[in-house]
Amino acid sequence: MHRPGMLSIWFFIGILLLAYGMLILGAGLYELANPPEHPVVLANLHAGIWWGALLVILGLIYSLKFKPGRGN
Amino acid sequence: MQAITFLAPSPALLLQAAPQRLLHLSSVDLAIVVLYFIAVLSIGFYLKKYTLTGEDFFLAGREMTAWVAGLSFLAANLGSLELMGWAGASYQYGILAAHWYWVGAIPAMVFLGIVMIPFYYISKTHSVPGYLKLRYGEPARALSAVSFGFMTVLMSGINMYSMALVLKVVLGWNITTSIWVSSLTVALYVTLGGLLSAIFNEVLQFVLIWLGALLISIIGLIEAGGWNGMVARIHHNFPAQDFTHMWRTMGSFTDNPMGVHWVGIVFGLGVFISMGYWTTDFLVVQRVIAAKDLRSAKLAPLIGAAFKMCVPFIVILPGLLGLALLDTPGHHFLMPEAQAVATGGHSYNEVLPIMLARYCGPGLMGLGITALIAGFMSGMAGNVSAFATVWTYDIYRAVFRKEATDSHYVAVGRWCTILGVLVSIGTAYLVMHFKSIMDYVQALFSFFIAPLFGTVLLGMLWKRATPKGGFWGLLIGTASSISMYAWVTIDHSALRYIALSPDAKDMAENMFRALWSGLICIAVTVIVSLFTEPKPESELVGLVYGCTEIPSEGHLPLWQRPIFWAGVILAVFVTLQIIFW
Repeated sequence: MHRPGMLSIWFFIGILLLAYGMLILGAGLYELANPPEHPVVLANLHAGIWWGALLVILGLIYSLKFKPGRGN
Repeated sequence: MQAITFLAPSPALLLQAAPQRLLHLSSVDLAIVVLYFIAVLSIGFYLKKYTLTGEDFFLAGREMTAWVAGLSFLAANLGSLELMGWAGASYQYGILAAHWYWVGAIPAMVFLGIVMIPFYYISKTHSVPGYLKLRYGEPARALSAVSFGFMTVLMSGINMYSMALVLKVVLGWNITTSIWVSSLTVALYVTLGGLLSAIFNEVLQFVLIWLGALLISIIGLIEAGGWNGMVARIHHNFPAQDFTHMWRTMGSFTDNPMGVHWVGIVFGLGVFISMGYWTTDFLVVQRVIAAKDLRSAKLAPLIGAAFKMCVPFIVILPGLLGLALLDTPGHHFLMPEAQAVATGGHSYNEVLPIMLARYCGPGLMGLGITALIAGFMSGMAGNVSAFATVWTYDIYRAVFRKEATDSHYVAVGRWCTILGVLVSIGTAYLVMHFKSIMDYVQALFSFFIAPLFGTVLLGMLWKRATPKGGFWGLLIGTASSISMYAWVTIDHSALRYIALSPDAKDMAENMFRALWSGLICIAVTVIVSLFTEPKPESELVGLVYGCTEIPSEGHLPLWQRPIFWAGVILAVFVTLQIIFW
């Protein structure tokens, strides 16, 4: 896990969560602007927006904290 | 998934019931699924350059931190069928299903971390059959290795087929495409990076499973009006049944919908099945012995236990929410498999995807489906990496080629990985045409769990256990389990002797069979050992309590000692039992 030059698994996770967060947040914002004909239950909570935002924040934290060269 | 599968209601056959796909994926959802496949393959390709020796390939270089080993330890068990099967079980039986996560896992994981891991780790064994070789000799190792390798790869195929059925029912995907795409992805990243790659991906999969499934419970609780609101709705829908208490209906087989008794839950499930699975199934133990030092290896199962206690929040709770929100007074929306097949309705096991569709729009749906696929792949990677290790070290090297270079064994391990996946695919197609095989193989797997625990436990804790005692205890314990299964299959009235009640159901039979076969294994091992020659103590150093110096942790602050965290986990475990009594 700590071999010289090896990327941390947490960095991989951070990058993927960041990408997922942006996709889910984008889809949530699109639904907010264009409400679907058949919304899911409790669509008024806009879960896609806040869950996507949470993933973006987690993704940023992990990808920055464990980015290559920080010695993690 | 894996060994615990035999405890779960068999979801694969029943999922054929659904008349049409449950969910439709948007382009964003598909992008999320495709990104997942790209990520796991990228990790495999990236780690190939770090997988040079046998220690790297089979034991991830023994460099894992406690957190990585612990999350991987849990993820290897947290398959998608586990998620869907137990969510369905909780819809069917209520909170009783949580026994399989708490009493059926937590004490065993703590026992592994505190009592057994020192012997696995200090002996430097590469596998559980390898430990049996050191402790009891070649015959016990051979019996254990062959049965484990054979059953693991068959179980992998059965789970693969079941997952393909899930994807067909949930998404309308073609079965053959699902089998080949998922299994070849796993084959590729495990072949490239071995256990290192499997563990890295399992940690990633663990995170995705939680993030994909957690939202269902959160929004479900909001809709139901919190925990109390959910319980009130369930009681309103089913006033004559108790779906929300764990122990108070356990006094009699007939008082609870599972048809189980607390004796079977505590001693059969909590002692033999759970201990057998979590402490001797190499699939999970392999992740722990890959830890970087003894303290990390002891902490890893404790970290796994802490998260395992939380898993009911994403597995059991959606089933309970289904009872509260999908059902109407006196009427279940979901139904047993046979009825679902006959009427074209939805079976219990579809509760998780149905709740997913209820709350998750584009993007979130893709994340939820990715969680299911990740669960499947983490379980399968666990199977094939353990299979490759056992077949390479405990069968190929022991029987065919004792002296070869390290690189030769790594090459064999890579070929074994591919072979294991191909045999799994073959099994998947076999099951597709002969579905009764699934029941038999799942039962076969269960035969080895409880007796193996007896053999390993006595080996670690009793110096007097002899090689002959260990071998005959394991063999006769296993044979007794098979005999009890055959007896009940041929004459169902035998259930009153095996499970102590004619009212007992399948799960109760599993638990009592495990209890008896474990006790028989221990009795035979003790009796044979008392009449045969023990090994000299000098050969038991590092293998047995009393002959092994276990490093003291007295110099560490309290919060860094595994025993402290074991105490915390057990306290939380007991508190949970009281809260949900």
